Amino acid sequence: MIEVSALTKNFAEITAVRELTFRVGPGEILGFLGPNGAGKSTTMRLIAGFISPTSGAAAVCGHDVSREPLAARRALGYLPEGAPAWPEMTPRAFLGFIADVRGLAGEHRRRRLDDTIGRLGLAPVLDRPIEMLSKGFKRRVGLAQAILHDPPVLVLDEPTDGLDPNQKHEVRTLIGEMAPGKTIVISTHILEEVHAVCTRAIIIARGRLLADEHPAGLEARSRYHRAVTVAVSDRADLGRVEQALAALPGVAAVEADAAEARLTALPSAGADLYAAVTALAARERFALSEIRLEAGRLDEVFRSITTAAEAAP
Amino acid sequence: MSGLGAIYRRELASYFATPLAYVFIVIFLLLAGAFTFWLGGFFERGQADLAPFFNFHPWLYLFLVPAVAMRLWAEERRSGSIELLLTLPVRPGVAVLAKFLAAWSFVAIALALTFPIWITVNYLGAPDNGAIVAGYIGSLSMAGGFLAIGSCLSAATRSQVIAFILTVVVCFLLLLAGFPLVLDAFRGWAPPVLIDAIASLSLLTHFQAISKGVLDVRDFVYFAMTIGAWLYATTLVLELRKAD
Repeated sequence: MIEVSALTKNFAEITAVRELTFRVGPGEILGFLGPNGAGKSTTMRLIAGFISPTSGAAAVCGHDVSREPLAARRALGYLPEGAPAWPEMTPRAFLGFIADVRGLAGEHRRRRLDDTIGRLGLAPVLDRPIEMLSKGFKRRVGLAQAILHDPPVLVLDEPTDGLDPNQKHEVRTLIGEMAPGKTIVISTHILEEVHAVCTRAIIIARGRLLADEHPAGLEARSRYHRAVTVAVSDRADLGRVEQALAALPGVAAVEADAAEARLTALPSAGADLYAAVTALAARERFALSEIRLEAGRLDEVFRSITTAAEAAP
Repeated sequence: MSGLGAIYRRELASYFATPLAYVFIVIFLLLAGAFTFWLGGFFERGQADLAPFFNFHPWLYLFLVPAVAMRLWAEERRSGSIELLLTLPVRPGVAVLAKFLAAWSFVAIALALTFPIWITVNYLGAPDNGAIVAGYIGSLSMAGGFLAIGSCLSAATRSQVIAFILTVVVCFLLLLAGFPLVLDAFRGWAPPVLIDAIASLSLLTHFQAISKGVLDVRDFVYFAMTIGAWLYATTLVLELRKAD
């Protein structure tokens, strides 16, 4: 459980985080979204207790981060941005050190180390200095450090940044596996990540909370939500299909992507276009290679929400 | 307290994971030997004591100890590992103390490796071994003072070079606080009480008192307070500047 209330952080002349309030419970995976410099890392550092808030408060499992820092940190696994570690150490020594600082001992310590090393596939690199490891392994060592003590709350700052698609997939699967019973917050600027792992998404820009919803709810804000995209087999038909789509009742606008020979019909409020478009295609004998109902485009929602905030004074 | 022990062990091991430790120890031993035998005239004096050995320690430490201390916090900040270290369930003061003790132990190891000179002087004559032990204690105390100063200045910057230079300068001024070089800057305008206070801060005076074999509790209190004050300052500086 993470509770953040009216959290504000000022640096010399800028307000990095202002009046942020939210609460994340067990079983939730919260995606923290925002453009670079929006205050994502600052918020995570505030929750982890690395920096102190100017005003407001953050609590981890009921422990106020400023008043009971040690209790809050014991309940928390934290992956700082860039997964820092001591480069000259081997993963074995590094994880052993974390286990010691966290007070793991005896059989429990051995079991946690084995489990974590197994989960993250660190066995082949255990005795190589961390500075010699690939970016993917370095990130996994950082994740291992965060989950070693099996904390109820995980805060992961850009856990998949710099990983290749396979490694991203592995990390997301891992996060998904750990989710039951845990409170997880991940920050990212990769929108597909929200779809892939998150049960909830918060968008911030310029330190302000702009949206707090299920990923599906965010998509519903898109003007592409429930739009229908068709791919025209013969480019010569493009103009004819476009006119026919525009004339359909319930179509607010048609966007054409000439390069890809695709047309997207945007619905007016509440209209259900899919059935109408398939019926139209059958009636007019249009040669279409694809008809697709859009859920909404997160990148478009993200852009429209955050650019509006950037433009505000 | 599991944090103190774990951080201490990690730090001490990290010195030996890089060539730094070995370079430091070799240079320390070479210079200590060179100063003792050539500049100190160990043989020519014809006395069975280690005064020529200990007399040069302040000057040896002036450059070598800041080299050990400069990486204490500056390196953690540069690499970002400070964020990891200070979000573990450990009080910042404990982390500061653990890192300091590790650095101090490292210098103690280097100092302990000068034991051949102690064997030599015992072979050649009949020295006052009590005075020699006092010399080692004084030397180690002074190294601790320098390290604590270096710890604080290292926490104030992310550049190891700046940390090194600042530490050398501050240590130099504190060494000579009882001498005309520093005191003349205050004479003429400062009240005598202040001048006396500054003079009593001199590391060198206290070191020489101990290394002559005079174990006065005031000298130990002085070193303990110097170390404590600078380590406390390290904690404050970290709190203020750790996220920069």
